[in-house]
Amino acid sequence: MMNTAQDTAGVVIENLNLSFGDTHVLKGVDLTIKQGEFFAFLGPSGSGKSTLLRAIAGFGPTPSGRILIQGNDIADLAPWKRDVGMVFQSYALWPHMTVRKNVAFGLEERKLPKSQIDDRVDKALDMVGLLDLADRRPSQLSGGQQQRIALARTIVIEPKVLLLDEPLSNLDANLRVQMRRDIRELQQKLKLTTIFVTHDQEEANTTSDRMAVLDQGVIQQVGAPMDLYDNPTNLFVAKFLGTANIIKGSIIQSADGSHTFHTDKGLDIPLLRGREFGRSIVFRPQNVEVCAVGSDMASCHAKLTGRVQHTEFLGSIIRYGVDVNSDLVLVDHAHKLGEAVFGIGDNVDLHIDQESILILAA
Amino acid sequence: MSFKLSSVQRGPAIAGILIALFLFLFLAVPVAKVIFVAFQDPATGDATIINFVDFFRTSLFRESFFNSFYVATVSVVMASIIAMPLAYFTTRFNFGGTVLIQTLGIIPLIMPPFVGAVAMQLLFGSNGSVNLLLDEWFGFTLPFMEGLNGVIFVESIHYFPFILINLSAALSNIDRSMEEAAQNLGSSGMRLFRRIVFPLAMPGYIAGAALVFIKVFDDLGTPLLLNVNNMLAPQAYLRISSIGISDPMGYVIAVILVGFSLLSLWVSFLALKGKDYATVQKGGGGLMKRDLRPWEKFGCYAVVVLILLLVLSPHLGLLLLSFGTIWSYAVLPDAFTWAHYITVLSTATQYMSNTLLYAGLAALFDVILATAIAYVVWRTDVVGRKWLDYGATAALAVPGVVLGIGYLRTFHSFNVPLIDEPLASWWVIIVIALTIRRLPYALRSCVAAIQQVSVMLEEAAENLGATKTRTVWRIVIPLMSGGILAGFVTSFATAAVELSATIMLVARESDAPLAYGIYEFMQSAAGRGPGAALGVIAVLFVGVGTYISHMIIERGRKAREPKSIIAEETLT
Repeated sequence: MMNTAQDTAGVVIENLNLSFGDTHVLKGVDLTIKQGEFFAFLGPSGSGKSTLLRAIAGFGPTPSGRILIQGNDIADLAPWKRDVGMVFQSYALWPHMTVRKNVAFGLEERKLPKSQIDDRVDKALDMVGLLDLADRRPSQLSGGQQQRIALARTIVIEPKVLLLDEPLSNLDANLRVQMRRDIRELQQKLKLTTIFVTHDQEEANTTSDRMAVLDQGVIQQVGAPMDLYDNPTNLFVAKFLGTANIIKGSIIQSADGSHTFHTDKGLDIPLLRGREFGRSIVFRPQNVEVCAVGSDMASCHAKLTGRVQHTEFLGSIIRYGVDVNSDLVLVDHAHKLGEAVFGIGDNVDLHIDQESILILAA
Repeated sequence: MSFKLSSVQRGPAIAGILIALFLFLFLAVPVAKVIFVAFQDPATGDATIINFVDFFRTSLFRESFFNSFYVATVSVVMASIIAMPLAYFTTRFNFGGTVLIQTLGIIPLIMPPFVGAVAMQLLFGSNGSVNLLLDEWFGFTLPFMEGLNGVIFVESIHYFPFILINLSAALSNIDRSMEEAAQNLGSSGMRLFRRIVFPLAMPGYIAGAALVFIKVFDDLGTPLLLNVNNMLAPQAYLRISSIGISDPMGYVIAVILVGFSLLSLWVSFLALKGKDYATVQKGGGGLMKRDLRPWEKFGCYAVVVLILLLVLSPHLGLLLLSFGTIWSYAVLPDAFTWAHYITVLSTATQYMSNTLLYAGLAALFDVILATAIAYVVWRTDVVGRKWLDYGATAALAVPGVVLGIGYLRTFHSFNVPLIDEPLASWWVIIVIALTIRRLPYALRSCVAAIQQVSVMLEEAAENLGATKTRTVWRIVIPLMSGGILAGFVTSFATAAVELSATIMLVARESDAPLAYGIYEFMQSAAGRGPGAALGVIAVLFVGVGTYISHMIIERGRKAREPKSIIAEETLT
């Protein structure tokens, strides 16, 4: 296949709708994934991310809409005719076959000559570093090894798209970090269009080029991980990606053209800019400075006063929960050796970096 | 390691030793005795294989051996033919008849095969209802019940549920992702079935098939009632009962029966060993099910109804026989009457009271032993505790005939003090035989129950000041009560219709239980009616018992269900 200089679309999903009985699970999903891209579906459980992935593989109820892979609509094809490789959450290694048999399965189904199968199986097993376990049974392998075999079994058929359904969720924490680096590295080496389903934003952030955040069967936002973190377009994305302070209220424009956010609880926060229909402001805890009452700060900071309600020592940072006029504001303060710490009940000044305040409509 | 037992260990250790002694005396010794005698020269007492040589030199025994093997093998094939489509329908399709099939799987088991055997002859025999109709309508007859065919027919209808249950469980334990992974890699249709589904279900099928094989191979009642004597179990019984307990041939047959039992247990162990084939994982479900097209649905129902009719035929036949006046060379009995029930209730009540006594006592002992074993094995670290479990379970490998012969031989010269009678002919020996025979079933039930009691619940009681003994009484046993009760009912119901061991141990008419009574009545044509009436009463015994135990297990399951739902929610 010719790859032009332009971005070829690896996967295009158009107006995909899917229901389980009366439950509408996917609601008009539109999405374009570039050829060779590592793309994540991120969302809480029940958001429809796994259902969407399974729909691409051809499992589950038949959806309406189109699914194009490298330009061909595969929505009506049987799963075994789609050439999309899926790694299952539970790995789904067949216990009655050896590792080698498991990996060879897809090639055997494609009726390749024996010598070629052996070659490719060896290569795939070598790629995941488990060639020496080829004659074991899956039950004799550790979770991490099973994961690698499942991966080898899928990439050996050289699928057009690689689908990973929460592949790290059954591994322990250390292995998970190692495995996600390995998967990313493998993907880069093979230049394989990859879709990775996860509920863990750290996994999505560290592996993917771009991601889609899903909630209740709707794609909330698509973009590069940092982009989504810095510029969430709605409250769900803001809350789901990291910790966020969300304060409800309305924007007031004064005679001199400056904007102020008037909170529902009666507090005024100066803003650098306004926005129509702004109903809430969002800022991250690390964009707030906490200081003793009366300290001076640069002018681009909105100043609030409050009282420390709780403190959490998280290692590299101390997270303060500060009661500001009945709104709870979370503040992250980098922990440095020897620095004094505020206690519960202390009165403090908060300086919010005005640049970092996002105004959202809802 | 210290050899001094701490005081908390002493109770369980003593209980363990007593149970081990009981198993040794009434299971190990009699079986060892049987094997010993089989390898002993009857004249000189020297060790020899001459008895086995004699056995295979006698054409009747060679024929019996071949017949038993043939009947067991063909019964497995027939039972598979009945069970496979049923298992396939329920796990593969959204089939409305699933409940029907599940019921189908239980109905045969509530009636021991020998009870329905005579009735089956009246329905399917050469002059039975079905052949009379076939002859009248189409001018031909089918030899359903001729000789060995009869045994195969009755046994496969009776034992196919073992295959159905095991195969269905194996199929529904296959995680959907196993199938999806194959489809994803390009496999479908028959190839997918042959390469993935079938191999994954294989261990379950083999386990069920091995069980059917050995049940049929060991069965004594069915061939006896159908008057097919050229098979191993009937030969063993006839040799011992007609020639006497010194004739070595009975022992040789017993050793062969035990050998085949061990062989089939070993085969099913091999089939299941080291293969983690219960592959259902979190969030997974059984295989993909699809809706049936109308004509497919019709076909499915037709198959199910046909099998249902077959399965119910012994029950129907028995019921007709018990109410019929004369039933010979006719599709149905000439007239109907209560007379047989009246006869049975006025003359044969001692069969019922004996059965209540024997089966009740045996079931009681079983659950006491099983609870104690379960506790010692799972909750203490008494040395060698696992062997109690193995020992009690080993009774599965000992056919009833063998146990009966072993008891006769071992205890005929042991006189019970005070009543001055050999233990082998005292009615208590029947209770002991039933206890040993049914202990494995009660044990599995109790072990399942204790595994569901969290150790933390016991620790909480101990933490609050309860001693081990008090904890057992106040926490463990109450929490196990469902399993214990289910174990009692299962043991009782199956002991109530046990024939193979008891038929050897009944010394006098007044000690005979229900199953023996049915056998006695069925010997004469005139006794068939009352025998059938007694059979119906036995079926009611077992049916009600099975229903109760099913209800107890269901109730326990329901009571636990809400918890598991919460656990699932917190997982996801």
